[in-house]
Amino acid sequence: MSDPTELTLAEARDAVAAKKISSRELTSAFLKAMEAARPLNAYITETPDRALEMAAASDERIAKGQSRPLEGLPLAIKDLFCTKGVRTTAGSHILHNFVPPYESTVSQNLWNAGAVMLGKTNLDEFAMGSSNETSFFGPVISPWRSKNSNAKLVPGGSSGGSAAATSAGMCLASTATDTGGSIRQPAALTGTVGLKPTYGRCSRWGIVAFASSLDQAGPITRTVRDAAIMLKAMAGVDPKDSTSVDTAVPDYEAGLETGVKGLRIGIPSEYRVDGAPLEIDDLWTRAVGWLKSQGAEIVDISLPHTKYALATYYIVAPAEASSNLARYDGVRYGHRAAGTEDLIDLYEKSRAEGFGAEVRRRILIGTYVLSAGYYDAYYLRAQKVRALIARDFSRAFQACDVLLTPATPGPAFGVGDKTADPVAMYLNDVFTVTVNLAGLPGLSVPAGLTAAGLPLGLQLIGKAFDEATVLRAGRAIELAANFSAKPTAWWRAA
Amino acid sequence: MSVDKDTVRRIAKLARLALEEDRIEPMVEELNGILAWVEQLKEVDVEGVAPMTSVVEQRLKMRDDIVTEGDNAKALMANAPQGQDHFFVVPKVVE
Amino acid sequence: MNSTDSRYIQGSTGPWEIVIGLEVHCQVLSKAKLFSGASTEFGADPNAQVSFIDAAMPGMLPVINKFCVEQAVRTGLGLKAQINLISVFDRKNYFYPDLPAGYQISQYKSPIVGEGEVLIDLPGGETARIGIERLHLEQDAGKSLHDQHPDHSYVDLNRSGIALMEIVSRPDMRSSEEAAAYLKKLRAIVRYLGTCDGNMDEGSMRADVNVSVRKPGAPLGTRCEIKNVNSVRFVAQAIEFEARRQVDVLESGGAIKQETRLFDSRTGETRSMRSKEEAHDYRYFPDPDLLPLVLEQAWVDRIATSLPELPDEKKSRFVAMGLSAYDALVLVAEKEAADYFEAMLKEGAEPKAAANWLNNEYFGRLNKSGLSIVNGPVPAASNATIVNMVGENIISGKIAKDVLDIVWAEGGEPRSLVESRGLKQVTDASAIERAVDNVIAANPDKVAAAKAKPQLAGWFVGQVMKATGGKANPTVVNAIVKNRLGLPE
Ligand SMILES: [Mg+2]
Ligand SMILES: [Zn+2]
Repeated sequence: MSDPTELTLAEARDAVAAKKISSRELTSAFLKAMEAARPLNAYITETPDRALEMAAASDERIAKGQSRPLEGLPLAIKDLFCTKGVRTTAGSHILHNFVPPYESTVSQNLWNAGAVMLGKTNLDEFAMGSSNETSFFGPVISPWRSKNSNAKLVPGGSSGGSAAATSAGMCLASTATDTGGSIRQPAALTGTVGLKPTYGRCSRWGIVAFASSLDQAGPITRTVRDAAIMLKAMAGVDPKDSTSVDTAVPDYEAGLETGVKGLRIGIPSEYRVDGAPLEIDDLWTRAVGWLKSQGAEIVDISLPHTKYALATYYIVAPAEASSNLARYDGVRYGHRAAGTEDLIDLYEKSRAEGFGAEVRRRILIGTYVLSAGYYDAYYLRAQKVRALIARDFSRAFQACDVLLTPATPGPAFGVGDKTADPVAMYLNDVFTVTVNLAGLPGLSVPAGLTAAGLPLGLQLIGKAFDEATVLRAGRAIELAANFSAKPTAWWRAA
Repeated sequence: MSVDKDTVRRIAKLARLALEEDRIEPMVEELNGILAWVEQLKEVDVEGVAPMTSVVEQRLKMRDDIVTEGDNAKALMANAPQGQDHFFVVPKVVE
Repeated sequence: MNSTDSRYIQGSTGPWEIVIGLEVHCQVLSKAKLFSGASTEFGADPNAQVSFIDAAMPGMLPVINKFCVEQAVRTGLGLKAQINLISVFDRKNYFYPDLPAGYQISQYKSPIVGEGEVLIDLPGGETARIGIERLHLEQDAGKSLHDQHPDHSYVDLNRSGIALMEIVSRPDMRSSEEAAAYLKKLRAIVRYLGTCDGNMDEGSMRADVNVSVRKPGAPLGTRCEIKNVNSVRFVAQAIEFEARRQVDVLESGGAIKQETRLFDSRTGETRSMRSKEEAHDYRYFPDPDLLPLVLEQAWVDRIATSLPELPDEKKSRFVAMGLSAYDALVLVAEKEAADYFEAMLKEGAEPKAAANWLNNEYFGRLNKSGLSIVNGPVPAASNATIVNMVGENIISGKIAKDVLDIVWAEGGEPRSLVESRGLKQVTDASAIERAVDNVIAANPDKVAAAKAKPQLAGWFVGQVMKATGGKANPTVVNAIVKNRLGLPE
């Protein structure tokens, strides 16, 4: 067999099932690739011993004919999912030494399906960022480079480690989380597939919370089929999460190739923004053509409150975060500042030392918008606008089955290019954040390259719990785009 | 609306985040940049709109009244920066 | 109102009115916590009953205990209150070591129970209506121990996450007596309902007391909140002290600062709480980990039909049986006393006689021995039998007390005891006549006196009773004495 790290999840699954490769061989190949790709800083913690143990156990099951859906398949886990006995940091100094005594529901679901854990991937601190530059463990470097340039690019964020690892052959697929675009945006920037399921589809239990009403776990994969396979394994109702929904999880893979004939594809005019690169607009137009030629019906749609989504998000998410992050106080776990005078000093110093600049900024914004006298003007108003944004979508879905939009306003940018201006950084999520506010499923599919050779993604947005249609339409785009570009493995030479 | 240095000091206190005096002015500017930007929500007519309470249309799940946890004290204390006899220890609090 | 005087405190500038409102935290009698499956049992080792949710470990999520919701509804119904079919859980944000998440899950704008009322019984048989503003469900905090180490506080999270019902009254009370009566009544109601054990020693019922003073008829004054007062007596003491303090401050030209104060049960004084000096801004907002709590009217109705008889209704029923209002009140104050009384009625005891017997005889003995109705030595059936035997003229009231003493000390079935010890009342007229004749024969001087002064007949009755060891039926003795002395019936 040629390089097994280039297999898709589905291909690896079939190869392992056909005993063309053992889980141990597959896992070892990935562990080697991870070692070679350390300059990308995609993993915070590698777990090679555990990986080989799990692989050996899988090989035994395969030998006994007791294979499960993901038997022996090596995955990367975003370091926001608590993993029992394995350090879980959320990319933060404040949790740099935290070892959870429990396993998140989603990761447990994957282990129950037979998957193998390679390690924990880097991320923006507490998933707050769009470039993976706010991690306490250093930035993740994109495996992609512009033509004729050695400049370091960002992989997007916050799931930059998972996206980079999936793109660069350091795992078959990875878990990620998406609060405002943190799965779809890095997927778009790294030429991978990112799926944010409907809010409530995957359990949030055991995932370090950023903004509870927006956070949702999903996969980053190399193909749409792989995303379908991963979601099936990750999803499901969880009695431990009051917001997880008890609705059947279909076999997404089975319906994948049904095509888009007769499907009504909505094109929201508000996603055509001034100043966006022409390449994005062109790609979007081209994709409309692909779908039309495959028999889809194209419908013009209006989502009038789209322009307010980002501002709404930057009130709601920091407000929830300011409360969610209050538990990091240096008392029961995590970083505690040394030499403090009293309890308040201990709190203030532990938190100031433990949180990075972006997290501190969001905690302060969130504290402010909830504080006495400002709650109505900011938080309450934002939740009303949020209701209007959700209403826009439910009206749109009376006229169409799925929406097609660009995934990001542009391709990957340089490390350090946008760190000085928070608002410029926030604008990266302009196309993805509406979906979180309305709790809908969204899929980012790689669909083309810029002239400089960087990936661009398109986004499909579906009705609540209709990931099946989103994946089916995504598969149609994938087929038409025939995206096969891969980053050159420059880090191997480095 | 915009914040001044005193407001930043007050919310940093509420959020229990130590803020060096020389970080306050830059933080005032950063926060005002963000607040000026979210100011656009003022344009939206929200008359009669109910604020969103949940994106999922579902009844709140309820558990039965069953004790499902045993003594977790050891696992609980394993990550504690300071502990004593299964107590978490903090600097003395005067009530 | 004739108790007007006790409702005012006299200052140097004239009378002042005290205005009191109570926030009472009642621990729900559930096995597991409000949002986790950890046990609520009292007295466990430190941090032995703490789930990862209660300790606010990263990624942990709350799931509500249905039983606790049911108990809140039940209590609301018992308070004749509005049950809100939609209520919302909010986060109350503040930092404290015994609050692991940095927020308490509580209900702020939309509590599960709205307005209701409690009737309190005042001395002199009057009742007053105290308004209930709301009842909401919330998590208890853990416990910080400050006296174990010179430089450190120790944190135990066993209480963290236990379900509390916070019952907030209107500022409708005007004296420490009224506040005490309210707290007692509230305690009786939750105990009748079985939703809280009302155990103030173990902290399963705690009161925050809001006190202000004003000149009669003036608008409300600034209030102080006295935190966590843990007995009815202390509540009364704290109010007395605090009202007096406020009057003194105001009369010496000062102003009352709205603040949280602590009651020191050793000195009987209140003092400003240092840890609460900083102005709070709780930044309440709906907890995004929980959806709004939606109840079905049919479910609430089912709970309503399962409600037990409450003290007020029980009292009315007892009065209708012929009990005095006072006796009825004493009996219903403790659910166990009422249950005991009703157990006696089941054994055929006449209500009024049974109530008198309990209030005059049995409760006094229990008090003296420091026992309660549940751990007293005499079963309800035995007391009923004793009362029944008096009614059947088998024993006299005096012998009845002796029988009670015997049953108290040695146990045994009262009827067979009366039989075997020969305590039966003598109603045989010839035996009594003989005894009367003996007394008359031995006291000729008294006979002469009695003929002139008929009240002296009582002396002869006493002598006969003494001679018969108290067993003679006093009515029969009385009749025979009068007959023999030639006095009118
Ligand atoms: Mg209160
Ligand atoms: Zn409370």
